[in-house]
Amino acid sequence: MTALTALIRRDIRIALRVGGGALIGVLFFLTVVVLMPFAIGPDLALLARLGPAILWLGALLASLLTLDRLFMADHDDGSLDLIAMSRTPLELSCAAKALAHWIAAGVPLIVATPVLGLLLNLDAGSTLAVALTLLVGTPALTFTGIIGAALAVTLHRGGLLLAVLVLPLSIPVLIFGVAASEAAISGPVSFGTPFSILAALSLVSFVVGPFAAAASLRHGLD
Amino acid sequence: MLSGLDFSVSSGQALAVTGANGSGKTSLLRTIAGHIALTGGSIDLEGGEPELTLAEQAHYLGHRDALKPALSVLENLSFWRDFLGGEISDAGQCLKLVGIEHARHLPAAYLSAGQRRRLSIARLLTVRRPIWLLDEPTSALDSAGQTLFANVTRDHLARGGVVVAATHAPLGLEAKELRIGGRT
Repeated sequence: MTALTALIRRDIRIALRVGGGALIGVLFFLTVVVLMPFAIGPDLALLARLGPAILWLGALLASLLTLDRLFMADHDDGSLDLIAMSRTPLELSCAAKALAHWIAAGVPLIVATPVLGLLLNLDAGSTLAVALTLLVGTPALTFTGIIGAALAVTLHRGGLLLAVLVLPLSIPVLIFGVAASEAAISGPVSFGTPFSILAALSLVSFVVGPFAAAASLRHGLD
Repeated sequence: MLSGLDFSVSSGQALAVTGANGSGKTSLLRTIAGHIALTGGSIDLEGGEPELTLAEQAHYLGHRDALKPALSVLENLSFWRDFLGGEISDAGQCLKLVGIEHARHLPAAYLSAGQRRRLSIARLLTVRRPIWLLDEPTSALDSAGQTLFANVTRDHLARGGVVVAATHAPLGLEAKELRIGGRT
């Protein structure tokens, strides 16, 4: 356990230091959401209707933004070799790295949501619903994203490839995330139905992501 | 890449792998460390802990130092100590031993190549592993550093450890030599 907490603490620390990736995601999220009302125009009803989708899209793109370096950085400086040789199973190390990435890059997005909800004319209840779906859904984005990040190590210079590989996997999360938010705001479907599927997607990704990423990394080391 | 290779190293012995650039020294070390799959033959470890693989009982010191520039020297070393686990000695003490104690709170980004090497050697000391796989361990080290490295390695061998080092420069200690490669 100490090994995994050490890994999580190290990754969070690096992300929060100058030049780390934690703030890049939030700033990107902020930019997308702030610009959106200017692009759509001052139609408050329309903004409120599009609000959950805009927030979800912004959060999805922001969480992918810093993901591609997740394993690449460790590969480039040789850390990945040592992580692979350690007594901690590689699957657990991958899960720990994904968790650290989510804490450093995903949680700030959720914290920022209430503020950004104001800009999109969402009332308190709606913003809370979006924040809740983001809290449940963004881990799925990170944990499926690490598969792409690991493949990027295997296929060198895979930055662009990452988007192509990961985006299809994140589409179900986006669909059910937005569906759950809208169900909470306007109905007619009950909130529980899409929300449970969203939670299930997250749970599946916790299991599949680390195993797939570790398998890919094992092939990728040379 | 390599074929027809047959060698053994026993406890307390050092093996110096020599050969021209590109002859496969690094590949040999990475194969022993488990990063490159064997296409034929086998690598066996007699003795050691039966439940652990060879790689899990080995230290690997490669070209790349596995240091994070954003973290301080001590943070880098403490991380590897906590992550690699095993039998542990004090990180601060090890930094003093390799002569970079004064830089302990400096971000690793500011270290020179020689200091980075010294920090990597400190990692070998902080976590006990019986097998050391070293790739050009003395590169970038000054003469005091090379003496330090020779002493540290000699201590490790005296404790019954095994050292396999790919090298061009003499290691400064008595070692069996394995000459590989060369498209002769």
